[in-house]
Amino acid sequence: MTTLTPVLSATWDVKDSWTLSTYTKHGGYRGLKKALKKQPGELVQAIKDSGLRGRGGAGFPTGMKWGFLPPDDGKPRYLVINADESEPGTCKDIPTMLSAPHTLIEGVIITSYAIGCNHAFIYLRGEVVHVYRRLINAVREAYEAGHLGKNIHGSGFDLDVTIHSGAGAYICGEETALLDSLEGRRGQPRLKPPFPAVAGLYARPTVVNNVESIASVPAIIDRGVAWFTGMGTERSRGMGFFSLSGHVERPGQYEAPLGITLRELLEFAGGMRGGRPLKFWTPGGSSTPIFTDAHLDTPLDYESVGAAGSMLGTRALQIFDDTTCVVRAVMRWTEFYKHESCGKCTPCREGTFWLTQVLKRIEKGHGTPADIQQLLDTCDSIAGRSFCALGDGATSSVISSVKLFRDEFEQHVSTGECPFDHAASALFTYSDSLEGAHA
Amino acid sequence: MTYDETTLAQLRDDAADIVSRYPVKRSALLPMLHLVQSVDGFVSPDGIRFCAERLDLSAAEVSAVATFYTQYKRRPNGEYQVGVCVNTLCAVMGGDRIWDELSEHVGVGNDETTADGKVTLERLECNAACDYAPVMMVNWEFFDNQTPDSAKQVVDDLRAGKDVAPTRGPAKVCTFKEVSRVLAGFDDGRANEDQGVGAPTLAGVKAAKAQGWKEGKK
Ligand SMILES: Cc1cc2nc3c(=O)[nH]c(=O)nc-3n(C[C@H](O)[C@H](O)[C@H](O)COP(=O)(O)O)c2cc1C
Ligand code: SF4
Ligand code: FES
Repeated sequence: MTTLTPVLSATWDVKDSWTLSTYTKHGGYRGLKKALKKQPGELVQAIKDSGLRGRGGAGFPTGMKWGFLPPDDGKPRYLVINADESEPGTCKDIPTMLSAPHTLIEGVIITSYAIGCNHAFIYLRGEVVHVYRRLINAVREAYEAGHLGKNIHGSGFDLDVTIHSGAGAYICGEETALLDSLEGRRGQPRLKPPFPAVAGLYARPTVVNNVESIASVPAIIDRGVAWFTGMGTERSRGMGFFSLSGHVERPGQYEAPLGITLRELLEFAGGMRGGRPLKFWTPGGSSTPIFTDAHLDTPLDYESVGAAGSMLGTRALQIFDDTTCVVRAVMRWTEFYKHESCGKCTPCREGTFWLTQVLKRIEKGHGTPADIQQLLDTCDSIAGRSFCALGDGATSSVISSVKLFRDEFEQHVSTGECPFDHAASALFTYSDSLEGAHA
Repeated sequence: MTYDETTLAQLRDDAADIVSRYPVKRSALLPMLHLVQSVDGFVSPDGIRFCAERLDLSAAEVSAVATFYTQYKRRPNGEYQVGVCVNTLCAVMGGDRIWDELSEHVGVGNDETTADGKVTLERLECNAACDYAPVMMVNWEFFDNQTPDSAKQVVDDLRAGKDVAPTRGPAKVCTFKEVSRVLAGFDDGRANEDQGVGAPTLAGVKAAKAQGWKEGKK
């Protein structure tokens, strides 16, 4: 049995866990003290050696990303934290910032020192106002304690941090759209290259990292590379959050070594709701192909999940039991992508619209046998042909669900109705007399 | 612009504060649009002109940005923005039903405001709280594990002018304008208010303790 490894979440159950005093009492800012005694290059090397990979979805090696910055030319370079957390199913960065914002702030300071940045930004999604309060508060506490500002603890290193609130747009989680948004523009992706490391915020060299990636840095510096590489699998080192939601007894945040399996996680989470059978789940959020009970023992690391045909993504495990209609689930995700498509490129803008039309038709029982092939054809003209990864992500659940549950799509078409009782999937009981009010 | 002198002076001070946070002025636009909403309750024509003037942009440039983001409202918003998450996970766990019952109960649909100006309903996408499904947000505070009845009670209380506490967050839900000011980066002193941490947030820590893990054990 794999052991759970709370690190970022270790103090979440302590009284006033979000305050500087609680954080410091439990070893907080020890990593910063150690970091300031080292050369920046040593820190970049340590993160490279740790094998830490980006926790925001793509899994790019963090130390390598930092290493891509061109040599210092005396002009500004930036660290931008991606705190836009909006991929459906993903719900780990928000509790991190709510319960222990200083893990992120300490990580920001160490990272900024390592890459030679004097002004860092945290781009927070706008729809979580208490998180914004906690971040502002944490930054103020950090200034007062001398962790931020001029000549931090006599090191000669200066750093300012700006917390910036978005305004409701999933696409702003894509790192180049995020940069445009932070520059006060519509959040639409930029053509790459140039990559942000070369020309990012204000066309200056910029590192964009996820909250969890940067919040993991202080522990690595404090406890050492060997401690971190002692967890996880050969190419997926360390611990990470596994966010369980849906039809499980105890949904929530489980911090565990990469490579743990859903079977093990379910054990911690008290199993499926009422002992019902598992039907399908997302390993890494709604942009990753769905899995079934055949994947209960797939190690949840980048390589194994990839080899099994999906992606580890953000480790957002949305879990559905046998009461759930897969057509309904996929239709809703697709509506989300249609809604969030930024409109910049035709395959995604038009494609997500047509996918939604066809899926709605099938779900309502008005589909034709040709509609199922139509879905796959439309996915074909989106995936690999869109400007950014949102388009690809929109096709993942459609393609994988048709592959795994084609008979269920066909049944909607042939019987002219959805065979499922939606009330059976809900957490509360209700009778079905209201359907269709003001939708 | 039709702002009176005091309002305009305050807006200018606040705008200067926002601009000072960035190396390049234009970056202040998103927080300034939140600021405008904190005064007008939506992105008003006056507000657009104000942002344009402060940031040396055209009104068209400001509008183009404002219309891109769903949190910026083009019409006067209700005092409370009530959003029911209807993305897949929440929808399946009961969000669809909550939406149907709440919408019927209040008598308005998506992006519509009650006649008393109190409540604007919204069908929300995932709000990063799926482990608390079904989720409702009121002025961007968390109302976790909702039922149709609990959701209706919250809205009834808001419309009756009662203080309402979220399940995670501050002691009470502030108004749309007050919250917009926080999103513009102005502290309202409520960061240390707390309704406690929910069970899903602590599920992993608790399971680890059951395995014999102790905080601080390296
Ligand atoms: C449509 C879309 C949405 C994204 N949303 C997020 C997000 O909310 N948070 C995040 O950290 N990364 C998100 N990403 C990934 C970022 O583009 C980027 O890879 C990441 O922030 C890099 O940080 P990391 O290397 O630390 O993971 C998104 C990507 C796409 C294509
Ligand atoms: S793929 Fe979609 S979100 Fe990405 S640039 Fe194209 S339209 Fe915008
Ligand atoms: S799906 Fe509702 S909060 Fe994520």
